[in-house]
Amino acid sequence: MEQATPSPEPILRVNNIEVVYNHVVLVLKGLSLSVPQGAIVALLGSNGAGKTTTLKAISGFLPLEDGEITDGSIEFLGQDLAGLQPHQIVRRGIFQVMEGRRIFEELTVEENLTCGAYTRRDRAGVKDDLEKCFTYFPVLKDRLKRLAGYLSGGEQQMLAISRALLARPRLMMLDEPSLGLAPMLVQEIFGIIGEINRNEGTTILLVEQNAQVALEVSSYGYIMENGRVVLDGPVDRLLGDQDVQEFYLGLGQGGRRKSYREVKHYKRRKRWLS
Amino acid sequence: MDILGQLLVSGIAVGGVYALIALGFVIIYKATSIINFATGEFMMIGAYLLYTFMVMTGLPAIPAFLLVMAGAALLGMLVERAILRHMLGQPTISIVMVTIGLSSILMGLAELIWSTGFKNFPPLFPRAPIIVGDIIIRSNLFWGFVIAMAAVIVFALIFKYAKVGVAMRATADDQMAAFSMGINVRNIFTLAWSLGAIAAALGGVIIGNIGGIQPTLGHIGLTIFPVVILGGLDSIGGAVIGGFIVGIVENVAGGYLDPIVGGGVKAIAPFVVLVLILLFRPYGLFGKEDIERL
Repeated sequence: MEQATPSPEPILRVNNIEVVYNHVVLVLKGLSLSVPQGAIVALLGSNGAGKTTTLKAISGFLPLEDGEITDGSIEFLGQDLAGLQPHQIVRRGIFQVMEGRRIFEELTVEENLTCGAYTRRDRAGVKDDLEKCFTYFPVLKDRLKRLAGYLSGGEQQMLAISRALLARPRLMMLDEPSLGLAPMLVQEIFGIIGEINRNEGTTILLVEQNAQVALEVSSYGYIMENGRVVLDGPVDRLLGDQDVQEFYLGLGQGGRRKSYREVKHYKRRKRWLS
Repeated sequence: MDILGQLLVSGIAVGGVYALIALGFVIIYKATSIINFATGEFMMIGAYLLYTFMVMTGLPAIPAFLLVMAGAALLGMLVERAILRHMLGQPTISIVMVTIGLSSILMGLAELIWSTGFKNFPPLFPRAPIIVGDIIIRSNLFWGFVIAMAAVIVFALIFKYAKVGVAMRATADDQMAAFSMGINVRNIFTLAWSLGAIAAALGGVIIGNIGGIQPTLGHIGLTIFPVVILGGLDSIGGAVIGGFIVGIVENVAGGYLDPIVGGGVKAIAPFVVLVLILLFRPYGLFGKEDIERL
């Protein structure tokens, strides 16, 4: 398998990590990946492949869930993140938008945004970034005083991404931003994710089950299965890969869309590893 | 008629003090989901601290008062850091037992340090009662109410507008998500305990100033449970309104029924109302039902 060696200096490097939950359950089995400065990198894979665990390992959440990194290391901007607590990692510049949005339902939209900027001291900069959020997501401006729990699913996802924007992270990690959203909204949100990357220069690590839309915005992709990376490469190469087409994009020979039943059958028959 | 007016006014005044103590309770519960059964003992310690600073070291009232707040904050911090932090993730019943144990320890310590005798503050306020029309309010009660309300308002403003107050509410709402915002959740817990202890200690000072100080002063904390459960364990507004309801019910019921049954109504009445309200609203008057998005 080819090792990722993207051209610019990687901002994040995950080296061969092993993650164990409750001292017994081995979830990540020597996972490595690297995220180049300024890129959008997609981390794809089916349910239970270990994508979310990978993000939690990076953001320092594992100890909160009785998990630990038993081997390997994670470097951000050349520094080892071992032993740092989640809030310290946010201060280093890594911000995770958790799966399921996790907005504060009992707080207003405005207070949610305040929380996003919690670690920042530059009021003027926060104010500018707030205006930026409103240009990306104009609908939030009309909802500022509303309890966030009453927003629609799409608006909640916009709020979750805005909170991340307000933290002005070096690396934004998005966990399943398409979850539970209508296809139209998914397109819109991913369009904006691309814009944020281009306009703000924010590096993005994107975890998705919806491989199609994730690969549209990304430049590099990793495919995980069973706690390991089974395939990685620049997006155009992944798109050309027949296995990726079969497994993740549901395409048959010549780009024709196959029925789900066929894909499932094929998938059962063939796995990359194990 | 003027008896009712008198009872109502006393009820509101006492209720304001209950509201403050209940607020301290709710702050801790909201942030950490821990029911602090040592609230009454925090009150008692607050009262003894003021006694110590004023009578034993002879400080004037205001510096002594500020020192009490600092002492209470320190007590709350110690309790959280030294004991409850290590109970994270343990079953609720164990944590409840720990706070009950803590209350016994604090009471024992108070008896050791200050002995069991009855003590009084030097007079803090002008003696003359406040008279409005034909209603008379004892001066200690009136000033106690004023201080309690001022403290409640300050707490409410912190929660509503200060960044750290927003962070506390965020932590109460979704701890994991709070972590992901870069909020140091453990510090928020410590802060909640400190603020909760300050509120309780202020309440204890006010109660001690009205009724005198002894190690069992904290038993008034029992009345706080109807207050907080009535208002909803996690509702700050509910704590305040619950405080007033319990204060009024206690005084009005006591005033009218005590002469008939020969006393004791004051202590029972709040619990009767509590049971009635919980029958119809099990999560309290203002307690949280989760928002269900349609």
